[in-house]
Amino acid sequence: MIRFENVSFRYRHDTPLRLRDVSFTVEEGELCLVVGATGSGKSTLLGCINNLVPRFTGGTRSGRVIIDGVDTSHLLPRELARTVGYVGQDPMAGFVTDVVEDEVAYSMEQLGYPADEMRRRVEETLDLLGIADLRGRALRKLSGGQQQRVAIASVLATSPRVLVLDEPTSALDPVAAEEVLAIISRLVRDLGTTVVVAEHRMERVIEFADSVLVVGDDVHYGPPQTALLRSPVRPPLVELGVTLGWSPLPLTIRAARRHGSEQRRAWMELPPALGRPETAGPAALTGRAVVVTYGDVVAVAGVDLALHAGEVTALMGRNGSGKSSLLWAMHGAGRIDAGTVTLTDGSGIALVPQTPTDLLYLTTVEAECAAGDRASGRPVGTTLALLNRLVPGIDPASHPRDLSEGQKLAVVLAVELAGNPPVVLLDEPTRGLDYAAKNVLTEIVTTMAAEGRAVLIATHDVEMVAQTCSRVVVMAEGEVVSDGPTRDVLAGSALLAPQVAKVSNPIPVLTVQEYLDAC
Amino acid sequence: MHRAVLPRYLHPFAWWGYALALVAASSLTTNPLLLGGIILAVSVVTLSSRGDSPWGSHFHLYLWLGLFMVVMRIAFRIVFGGGGGPTVLFTIPEIPLPSWVQGVRLFGPVSLESLLTGLYDGMQLAAIVICIGAANSLANPKKLLASLPGAFYELGTVIVVAVSALPQLGESLLRVLRARKLRRGPRTRTRRDRLRFVETIIIPVLSDALERSLALAASMDVRGFGRSERPPPRNRRWSVVTGIASIVLLAVWSFRFVAKTPEISPFGVPLLSTVLMLGGLGCAVVAIRLAGGTVRRTQYRPIRWRAAESGVLASGVLVAVLVALVAAGDSSAVLAPTVVPLEWPTLTPLLAVALVLAVVPAALAPTPERRKVAA
Repeated sequence: MIRFENVSFRYRHDTPLRLRDVSFTVEEGELCLVVGATGSGKSTLLGCINNLVPRFTGGTRSGRVIIDGVDTSHLLPRELARTVGYVGQDPMAGFVTDVVEDEVAYSMEQLGYPADEMRRRVEETLDLLGIADLRGRALRKLSGGQQQRVAIASVLATSPRVLVLDEPTSALDPVAAEEVLAIISRLVRDLGTTVVVAEHRMERVIEFADSVLVVGDDVHYGPPQTALLRSPVRPPLVELGVTLGWSPLPLTIRAARRHGSEQRRAWMELPPALGRPETAGPAALTGRAVVVTYGDVVAVAGVDLALHAGEVTALMGRNGSGKSSLLWAMHGAGRIDAGTVTLTDGSGIALVPQTPTDLLYLTTVEAECAAGDRASGRPVGTTLALLNRLVPGIDPASHPRDLSEGQKLAVVLAVELAGNPPVVLLDEPTRGLDYAAKNVLTEIVTTMAAEGRAVLIATHDVEMVAQTCSRVVVMAEGEVVSDGPTRDVLAGSALLAPQVAKVSNPIPVLTVQEYLDAC
Repeated sequence: MHRAVLPRYLHPFAWWGYALALVAASSLTTNPLLLGGIILAVSVVTLSSRGDSPWGSHFHLYLWLGLFMVVMRIAFRIVFGGGGGPTVLFTIPEIPLPSWVQGVRLFGPVSLESLLTGLYDGMQLAAIVICIGAANSLANPKKLLASLPGAFYELGTVIVVAVSALPQLGESLLRVLRARKLRRGPRTRTRRDRLRFVETIIIPVLSDALERSLALAASMDVRGFGRSERPPPRNRRWSVVTGIASIVLLAVWSFRFVAKTPEISPFGVPLLSTVLMLGGLGCAVVAIRLAGGTVRRTQYRPIRWRAAESGVLASGVLVAVLVALVAAGDSSAVLAPTVVPLEWPTLTPLLAVALVLAVVPAALAPTPERRKVAA
């Protein structure tokens, strides 16, 4: 269905190749998962399928792309609109109209479908994706998962042979992501559409995938089990399987539990010694009966929360459960309607917002750092030195917006940390970060805690919480529903348990490292 | 229940045609009774047929704008004295102006006649504004853009995108304003700091907007936007030629019209002017057709032109025709009641019929669809 023949791509003749001699064939009706670290060229590869690369990005591409037996190398993206449907990361950014029904019809209007056929297809597509009840709603007012489903519907309406999705869930919370991925796997099974999807929440799609494209210095194509062995990024389950040499490599919890049954029995006889979190230091930030309301919507309903020095706390809960509101209220920059927040050590509190780039407006990293020094009254160079300690190797002369997501986050963190605040709040820092960037973040957070800071991370990322945090607070509808050591909260929960804990259940082992240590 | 009376949107062209015909009628008269009647009729039609659509909820603003124009016209007459008349109502002490501002008087005696002139002029302007406002409130703007000929297609797309992008810009502005509180700085208010304020907000918001517009452009492209057959060069050439011809013809016509050049008028029709005008309009239509012919694009759920549309349009056109007939006939004086000597404005039976016709669409147009579109 999709055949790449020696495709190479570079932005300019003097820059290195982004893709080198890529050749592979995706068969009809396959679900192909594209994996690779951020910046490895996943998006470039996906863009080559419908010629957004190089038509839209500039650069030179060589080699041939053949779709459905037709050489499409020289066609414009719009001429491929009937053949290839493309959905990007942020659904809101791709919407042209403002109402669901119009958006679904937009593509067909452009392609000149007759009115009666258009009407029929819109109805069918709305039903197929289960969004018929949303048809008259404003796109802006939908939840993230609904928006992404509308985006998929709007390209599916013309029944393209190939559907390309570039990280369709990276901006969504886990529930919404689940919703979208379920739809994708259904499309493959029911319609036989060929789907190529780049996804960093690999663990959720890997069991449906027929093949995997690993993008790195070279591009490898193969069935999931073998291709993942070469992948630089792997979900914990696969990591565990690879390290323990399980064969065939388990892709589902069910398969992994079969491999691990012996080990579990051994653990039942002789429970492993699992680390307990050290007793936390004194309270650094205490909120009492914090209430935040917007009109008649109660975002935070009287929450008591104390953060302790040297402790990393995770704040979890679905979107709209009041995590961000609580964070901003605790910081003092956000709205707070009732309750008190006391900072034990008066020297400050830092908050990194969800979109860290909102804080960056100067033209170089160096200038941003200098501004950080001035704002906190530190000697010149403090922030830059801090940044180098956090993430070495960022060129101080580069533009902040050219950095990778992880590097941007590090710059903002450095600027915020320059004043040496004893309390640090992070609002969804893992959004859009791949495994490598998350590892960097984990290191930074661990260092901050070791320096005696109290850290609070609002996040959906269970695996990262299992690795970094010693305490978990779960919110729902503005209230705290559970608060305790990570092992107790995560391992005991059906929804929040990390993959390794699901494999080892009922023994509360959380991470791959713990599992290996306990063996 | 017959299908024709089911709730639906009327074709936007019908509403615009109706409203523009009433604009034409209003521009032929300064009779306050007729103008007041037109305003009343348009308001009744709008209030009964606009439904609860978001674009229909601003009609009252146009009414206020009309009132404001009338008040301003009258106020100007009082402040700048205006043309005198025999019936002086009251006198405001005149403010003497230096001799070099000749022809302008500040305050002084205020006559009934000058006030009435102001009222009549103001009502004419108000009627025109309110008619346009009615068309805006009645016609579904999205369907209007979609119904435009292919040559205006890009323009329509720009408007649609702008309308949906504006709230997003507002959101990112709010987000950046909130984030800005996080970067504390020394609290001095120098000029440099104020500049920095602009910098810290404008730059993140604009770079956000730029990134978003690139994403949008890519998204539109992959969904087939602008997928036109390449126009044959001959077609292009002809569209340019006819376009220029139409501009030239219409320019000559308007020059002759404004200069009131005398000409031969067999059967009371000015021959050359009519030929020039029709030729210009014809060329314009051909040019638009040729330029838009390459856009292959269809409309989702188009509104079909049915009997109700024709009825609404016809009632508007009939009003204009009746008023024009009166203007051309013997009793044309009724359309412009004189102020000096003062004369009570009246209506002829023909004009009364016209006013009744202007209200007819209120009964003719089907009720609009219930709101399915969230604002």
